[in-house]
Amino acid sequence: MPHLFSADRRQFLMTSAGMAGLAVAASLLPAGLARAAGLTVGFIYVGPKDDYGYNQAHAEGAKAVKQIAGVTVIEEELVPETVDVQKTMESMINFDGATLLFPTSFGYFDPHILTVAPKYPEIRFEHCGGLWSEGMPANTGSYFGYIGMGQYLNGIAAGHATKTKKIGFVAAKPIPQVLLNINSFLLGARSVDPEITCQVIFTGEWSLAVKEAEATNALADQGCDVVTCHVDGPKVVMETGAGRGMYLCGYHANQSPLAPDMYLTGAEWNWAQVYTDMVNTTIAGGTIPNFVRGGLAEGFVKMSPLGPAVSDAARNQFEATQAEILKGGYAVIKGPLKDNKGNVIAAGGEAYAEDDVKLESMDYLVEGVVGSTS
Amino acid sequence: MSTETTGLVLAAPSRAWVETVARRSEGVALPLGALLIGFLAFSVFLAVLGKSPVAFFGYVYQAGFGTEFSWSNTLSRAAPLLLAALCVALPARLGLVVIGGEGAIVLGGVAAGALAMSLPGLPGPIGILMMGLGAMIAGGAWIGAIGAMRYYRGVNETISSLLMAYIAIALMNHLVEGPFRDPASLNKPSTAPLPDAYRIGELPFIDVHWGLAAGILACVLCWVLIERTTWGFAARIVGGNVRAAEVQGLPTGVLMVGFTALGGACAGLAGMFEVAAIHGSANASLAAGYGYTAILIAFLARHNALAVIPVAVLFAGLEASSGLIQRRMELPDATIAVLEGLVFVAILLSETLTGRMRLFQPELWRRTS
Amino acid sequence: MTDIGLWGVPLAILGGAIRVSTPFIFVSIGEALTERSGRINLGLEGTLVFGAMSGYAVAFHSDSAWLGVLAAAFFGLLFGLFHGFVCKLPKVNDIAIGIALMLLGTGLAFFFGKPYVQPVAPDLPSIPFGFWSDIPQVEAALRINVLFILGIVLAVAMAFMFRATRIGLIVRVVGDSADAARAMGINIDLVRLLSTGVGGALAGVAGAYLSLYYPGSWNEGISSGQGLMAVALVIFARWNPVNCFWAALLFGGAGALGPALQSVGVTQGYYLFYAAPYVLTLGLLIATSSTRRAMSSAPGELSITK
Repeated sequence: MPHLFSADRRQFLMTSAGMAGLAVAASLLPAGLARAAGLTVGFIYVGPKDDYGYNQAHAEGAKAVKQIAGVTVIEEELVPETVDVQKTMESMINFDGATLLFPTSFGYFDPHILTVAPKYPEIRFEHCGGLWSEGMPANTGSYFGYIGMGQYLNGIAAGHATKTKKIGFVAAKPIPQVLLNINSFLLGARSVDPEITCQVIFTGEWSLAVKEAEATNALADQGCDVVTCHVDGPKVVMETGAGRGMYLCGYHANQSPLAPDMYLTGAEWNWAQVYTDMVNTTIAGGTIPNFVRGGLAEGFVKMSPLGPAVSDAARNQFEATQAEILKGGYAVIKGPLKDNKGNVIAAGGEAYAEDDVKLESMDYLVEGVVGSTS
Repeated sequence: MSTETTGLVLAAPSRAWVETVARRSEGVALPLGALLIGFLAFSVFLAVLGKSPVAFFGYVYQAGFGTEFSWSNTLSRAAPLLLAALCVALPARLGLVVIGGEGAIVLGGVAAGALAMSLPGLPGPIGILMMGLGAMIAGGAWIGAIGAMRYYRGVNETISSLLMAYIAIALMNHLVEGPFRDPASLNKPSTAPLPDAYRIGELPFIDVHWGLAAGILACVLCWVLIERTTWGFAARIVGGNVRAAEVQGLPTGVLMVGFTALGGACAGLAGMFEVAAIHGSANASLAAGYGYTAILIAFLARHNALAVIPVAVLFAGLEASSGLIQRRMELPDATIAVLEGLVFVAILLSETLTGRMRLFQPELWRRTS
Repeated sequence: MTDIGLWGVPLAILGGAIRVSTPFIFVSIGEALTERSGRINLGLEGTLVFGAMSGYAVAFHSDSAWLGVLAAAFFGLLFGLFHGFVCKLPKVNDIAIGIALMLLGTGLAFFFGKPYVQPVAPDLPSIPFGFWSDIPQVEAALRINVLFILGIVLAVAMAFMFRATRIGLIVRVVGDSADAARAMGINIDLVRLLSTGVGGALAGVAGAYLSLYYPGSWNEGISSGQGLMAVALVIFARWNPVNCFWAALLFGGAGALGPALQSVGVTQGYYLFYAAPYVLTLGLLIATSSTRRAMSSAPGELSITK
């Protein structure tokens, strides 16, 4: 149809006029970049903020901060751990006047926050999961929670629920935070029955739906009848596991709406409280400590309400242990304990309490976990 | 063409430049027009959704080009895109559609990180040079293999390059979490941090690393290679018609492998700059999708290495504004991807007008005199 | 459950092949039709992702998974028809248009899919073919989705169509020689338009399978390149729909290999196992391609094999 696509000079002139019009329109910018009067807080997420998981947990925290009077919350999701996040932080500072930032993904810290923070000494950078240490910029800080305790409690519920004595764990990568969760999950189950083993499958990615589903199926095929996970969005693992008749222990956020009958309990973040406290401290003119950690006792972590499949015996042990943990200083990793290659991790009497920083560099899987760290 | 018109041309030699301009400007005006049509289509899309296109482009201007910070944001993003776009543009001159530059970027980055670990004590510039060379060899070999598979086995390069990109990312993950992992990289498995002397800093006048300068230089050099050397001329003949080139005795195989390898080397270099200027070590963040944005840039630049520069800056600016648009207009982050897709389609559709708009035909300007 | 130990691996591969292969089946037989008519559509990845999103969204709002599948097929048809329409314009490169539509399709899917990451839509039903077995793993592996069966039926029907029907002959003539088709008075553009449209619709259904059955939810990481792999798969399936089905099964099995091996204790180098489907495709491509255009049964008009 040449007549449709042939053009003459007049059409070209019209296009040029259109181009000029666009240029004019572009110069009529949205009037200024008004900055909010009070405190502006920026939240940055690596994935979608409604993923039923890691990012949703943080976004629920951000939602709580929005309730504080005089605070403006700005959010940006799906920001990769590259120069992207550096520029997003700077953009929030330059264009929105943010003075308190929560870049929430682990990979944002080194080198990205550490690169940007020295350029903006007046701005506070609070990072989730990082290991702040002396010598790092004073306007940065890291916070995290002892969620391994939550996985230990998950393990207790799982230990009572399993009939095959095999429980499963779908994990993203063999990094310390994940290894601690796997070990805690198994040790919780072994506190019920020392015969229980835990099969782990690494998917290699923080978010990869088909692989997570395949991993859950492979666990079910191996006879695991309870499953939990540590990936960014547990939705797929929970739905697939429930479809295979497995009991579920949640992670990051409350996934019980996905399969209420099979859901035992879950280890959840309680960022709403943490963020509210930090923002209130800032408004009051105080300084957030550079290194913040907390567990169930401090309200950093909470458990999902126990589901209908949890037996009375399980409930009793769960609640008794939770009460112990709430006293603080509880140790899950304690001697005598070996890793799954036979090396001694802790001799009898040795114990690593929940706040022991050594746990944050864990590189082993304990005896009873079927899987490998590399 | 009638003798009458020829006579006219001879009679009025001063109009010859108008004809040249008319013919030459087609290559600029068509993509530019298509770009505007793409923007226009996107504006309609926004308007239908009840969002203001004026506000959108206002934010693009502001966050992409409006302030000094915006420029630093835009140019930082442009740096890897320039090099990655060459990985599409160079093979394209031979008629090869290679779209797996992402693979060369991640492997170039891993090679740079691994070399820095194994050669720690060198003086800074030499260390950086070695990393750059290693990255170029890794990327060049990877994409060059795609050219070789095409020439020797007839394997479609578009599909093989995409598969190779998936394989490269798996290999990168395996290496940085296995053999090349620094045990001290706890929760983000990486190669060992680069020694300070191996880090690449920022340009003197703006908050952008040296990768930008390297990218611009590479574009200029590639342009000279293609437009001003015998090799480039031979490559363009192969791109026009492989069989004719072979009949003329041109070394088609060498050209195919050479140009794909060179494109891969450029993308590999982009990976090296990511490691040495941004991340400080090689890890999974190398797979950031620059190789895919680069496809669009190369096509919009019509695979002209010089045109890659402004186009890369334009798209880097769009991506730089994505965050502000997400925050201010409550539009999802994929908004820019929709815009890019529409522009891409418009650009390709505009090809159908090549040689068919009278405005750009020298004959039109002959008759009017 | 029964402990089946190492037997879990072949069983997982079988189950995985059935679960994972369905999207490959649909995309590849659709693409086989498109390519048989002389066109290539590389944009099916974008179509598949958009199909996954639209299928999930419609299933969520209508509370009917089948309406979701229909919607996905409809949007896939639109993408396919658009591709088919623009490729007939002179000087428009079908490979490049495919790449552009891949970008646009995924972009649009992510744009409109944002509100559907969290909601739960109904699943497609499956048929328990493993009812005869007491072993839960066998039962699970043989719990087969209706779309898988539909895929087999379609593959056989399309093979029959190519071999023995007038429509099949017309598509083949158009794909093998435009000149011959013109001489026969066939409307080439129309045949290619419809073939590309149907190919798109099937890719849309493949997407709906992903979001409505396995893994059964919508998110931005739902596809790991199934749409692209399926295009590669068509080449070594030699444009034969039944071969496409077998090739798709092989792929599904290769994808299930990694997790299955880890579950029995083979834990080293799982990234490399995960790359198995891509390495396998590449290897098969190298083995089956040829520099001379002697590739048997390749459509003569196809740009990628010219």
